[in-house]
Amino acid sequence: MAEKPKIAIYWCASCGGCEEAVVDLAEDILGVVEKVDIVFWPCAMDFKRKDVEAMADGSITATLLNGAIRSSEQEEMARLLRRKSRYMIAYGACSHMGGIPSLANQFTREHLLKFYYEDGPSVVNEQKVRPQTASRQNGHELELPEIRNVVRSLDQVVEVDYYVPGCPPTPQITKAALDALLEGNLPPKGSVLAPDVALCSECPKRDSKPTDLSFIEFKRPHLTEIDPDKCLLAQGIPCLGPGTRAGCGALCPSANMPCTGCFGPTSRVKDQGAKLLSSLCANVAPKEEEAIDKALRGIPDPVGTFYRYGLARSLLRRKVDLPLT
Amino acid sequence: MSKEWEPRIVAFFCNWCTYTAADLAGVSRLKYAPNVRVIRLMCSGRVDPQFILDALARGADGVLIGGCHPGDCHYVEGNYKALRRFRMLQRMLDQMGIERERVRLEWISAAEGEKVQRVINEMTEQVRALGPLNLPGKFEEWDKEMEALAARIAKEEAKRSEAEPAAEKKEA
Repeated sequence: MAEKPKIAIYWCASCGGCEEAVVDLAEDILGVVEKVDIVFWPCAMDFKRKDVEAMADGSITATLLNGAIRSSEQEEMARLLRRKSRYMIAYGACSHMGGIPSLANQFTREHLLKFYYEDGPSVVNEQKVRPQTASRQNGHELELPEIRNVVRSLDQVVEVDYYVPGCPPTPQITKAALDALLEGNLPPKGSVLAPDVALCSECPKRDSKPTDLSFIEFKRPHLTEIDPDKCLLAQGIPCLGPGTRAGCGALCPSANMPCTGCFGPTSRVKDQGAKLLSSLCANVAPKEEEAIDKALRGIPDPVGTFYRYGLARSLLRRKVDLPLT
Repeated sequence: MSKEWEPRIVAFFCNWCTYTAADLAGVSRLKYAPNVRVIRLMCSGRVDPQFILDALARGADGVLIGGCHPGDCHYVEGNYKALRRFRMLQRMLDQMGIERERVRLEWISAAEGEKVQRVINEMTEQVRALGPLNLPGKFEEWDKEMEALAARIAKEEAKRSEAEPAAEKKEA
């Protein structure tokens, strides 16, 4: 009882929102800090990698790692923290499923680097300089991490014990996950620490969801005046609630924005995108090919819509005909 | 391994029309390409797009879906659902770099044994012309970029545990 559980928080390919989410615990964070020792959190506290290296294997109770794994450095840190931690927790959609960064799996690394260092509209780089993994500067050998060809979820790199979903995870589910961890009240390994039902079950607009949906067209939310009291699907807005795990309290639908699927699928679903495609498209009204296509054109980017947070962890993982590099 | 590649096609046939047609093709002794593995489902409306992607991800070179003609579905609407999903899936496959010809939807009634024969033969040749999809092989190839680093770390760990055997023992 003498020692407090040790927690590490680390980020990889992410936007920083997940770090923010930890701070969003607000006053509750004081309770957490009372119960645990934070031994590594580069975003907020001054620790170095060598501090982690000096720890005994398995001595960190849990590492909350957010962000997708996209560079050799992130792989290395994920492996290091895995070795030092009893529980490795994928925190947030990127770590859980690849997240928005894994939409890059539709392009080659060369395509992306060329855009960001040469072709982008705000880039001025006449010599077409690009960062190199190895270079010499003032007589020093410099090394930079390598960007991988494929963006990965955390569990595609190291073993993961639990997942905390969301983009970002809400304070409630973060707190619930930490409580479960501290009380040793954990579900079977590999579980996602959120309810295993679809989002519609906790949506305030649920009562107006029709039993039989029938879409004549798909409307885009920014071009539509939305009735705040009515199920978004009933209004022709492609809301991904039916194929997305509950736990956020239906934040987006409550604000008249459709669910975009950040909590990932329930445990019965293997490929969130395919399931969402299935559920939405089966219910368009037309029966003729041309009319069906016309209705489906309301979803201009199927991969970006259905796999917004999970292309890396989808069944296909990456655009399959891309060359490596 | 040296055996010549043959297209592997997974076929999802509905119980009421296309599977019965495949039965008819069988009892009529119609010969067709042996490249198709048929899975019988109650309705083409039961073909979850996950099944199609899973088949491809596990090494199928193509997927064939067979259902009742429009208006003939035993469950009234199932084949329309299949068609709507299929139209969107085609667009998604385009984005994911999978040729449209690898996934095909056909309406084949219980009386159309010859259509089963024709469609399977046609599709086998089409997929043969496209060549192997080999997604399991691709996944393996993609993950090779992590091998060097993983090997280096494993080596360092081995060296470290050799250097501090006492500490390791205390751990255990």
